[in-house]
Amino acid sequence: MSPLLAQVQIRERTEDSCVADNGFCPGWIADNFDRYVDPFFQHVLLTVVAVAIGFAISFSLALIAYRRRWLINPVTQVTGVLYTIPSIAAFFLLLPITGRGFLTATIALVAYVLLIIFRNVLTGLDNVPDETKDAGRGMGLTDRQLLWRVEVPLAMPEIMAGLRIAVTTTVGLTTLAFFAGAGGLGEQIFADINFKSNVVAAGGLAVALAALLDGAILLAQRAITPWSRATAVR
Amino acid sequence: MNQFFDAIEFIFNEHESPAGGAQVGGLANMWELTWEHLQLSAASLAVACAIAVPLGLWLGHTGRGGFLAINASNVGRAVPSLALIAFFVAYIGVGFTNLTLALVLLAIPPILTNTYTGVRQVDRDTVDSARGMGMTGAQVVRRVELPLALPLIFGGIRISAVNVVATATIAPLAGVVTLGDPIINVNTYGDEGRLAAALVVALLAVLTELALGAVQRAVTPRGLKLEGGSRWRRLAIAMPNNRREAPT
Repeated sequence: MSPLLAQVQIRERTEDSCVADNGFCPGWIADNFDRYVDPFFQHVLLTVVAVAIGFAISFSLALIAYRRRWLINPVTQVTGVLYTIPSIAAFFLLLPITGRGFLTATIALVAYVLLIIFRNVLTGLDNVPDETKDAGRGMGLTDRQLLWRVEVPLAMPEIMAGLRIAVTTTVGLTTLAFFAGAGGLGEQIFADINFKSNVVAAGGLAVALAALLDGAILLAQRAITPWSRATAVR
Repeated sequence: MNQFFDAIEFIFNEHESPAGGAQVGGLANMWELTWEHLQLSAASLAVACAIAVPLGLWLGHTGRGGFLAINASNVGRAVPSLALIAFFVAYIGVGFTNLTLALVLLAIPPILTNTYTGVRQVDRDTVDSARGMGMTGAQVVRRVELPLALPLIFGGIRISAVNVVATATIAPLAGVVTLGDPIINVNTYGDEGRLAAALVVALLAVLTELALGAVQRAVTPRGLKLEGGSRWRRLAIAMPNNRREAPT
């Protein structure tokens, strides 16, 4: 039997009355905080790596499909199926091929974010007004210059919105990555799912991480699109 | 590849459990698990629709609570499903009803956000002409705003349904024996049972997506279909900070 699926009653080792009664014990959380530190950073690493790889793939696919429109439907359908397959199923479907660990978890998480980012990048590029593109061409920009200096910057709000959705979703799915043997905060939740303090500490850290990464991307978006801030303030 | 053949074999033939004693696998056993999985998902989705659709219609119609409706799905996404279920297990308890409640909370945000967005997206001129024809508020909702918002509402239901089917896989943690049972109790079912369950869950999610996608197309008013736009646009979910979002 796999050691992962052994339920460990982590609270039985103490004699604290709050812990013994399975209450919500801030004291216990403070004393045992170090048990969440490693899983938290595993969680951050899994999320950031998966979203970064997913972004690189789907951003490239979107740029290609933007010029070659016939690619939009096939790419959407394939990434749509990947998006639909529950990640917990994907972990076990990959297990016979890639084995337990970081790689399996990352592949399943990457597969999940492709559709979200692809769709948003493409929506962003499609929303760039034709007059703006014409003005760029009139200034003598080549197609490549137009893409990187006009279209991509103007698509940033949608691209970043997609990235925010992808990051918060991935933080949530990474709580299941321990099924693939990749650790993360989910492993701590699962370690004693009946213990209130444990569930609140590990679950709370996951929610906090999602909020933190979401806020970080929002700040990055404000920094790289100063013009949108100018219009937002009315 | 052999492991996949073993898993498929597990779906069709009974095996003795590796833990000894009971027989596991085979169509009867798999169907039993699938049926529980479907019941749990359908119950949660039905309750979520009964709450989120009327609420979204009302908020959208009155234009109130836009911040709440738009941000519901952002907040919902930030709460991991495992954390939500663990919270229910630790604080409220295990069992079908408690778990249904947890899944309802999971399913509400996308439906609420999409219903609200769907109603707000209806052309204001259309609503004004309906009023000009003498329709009451309730008639405007029922005959104009609801039909025109249906594609987006079903888009939300579709997102929630797939999400609920996926999350019902971890239901055995809360004492409900769904298709997640072979995944979580691997020593009872064995590795081939676990892989078999993963295959069936994946298939179930894809079928849910396809079925609700067909419903979504069927309920789209003909006028909206003629407007065109490529297929993938119809999949669009409400995005935060989308600069094209109608001001409310």
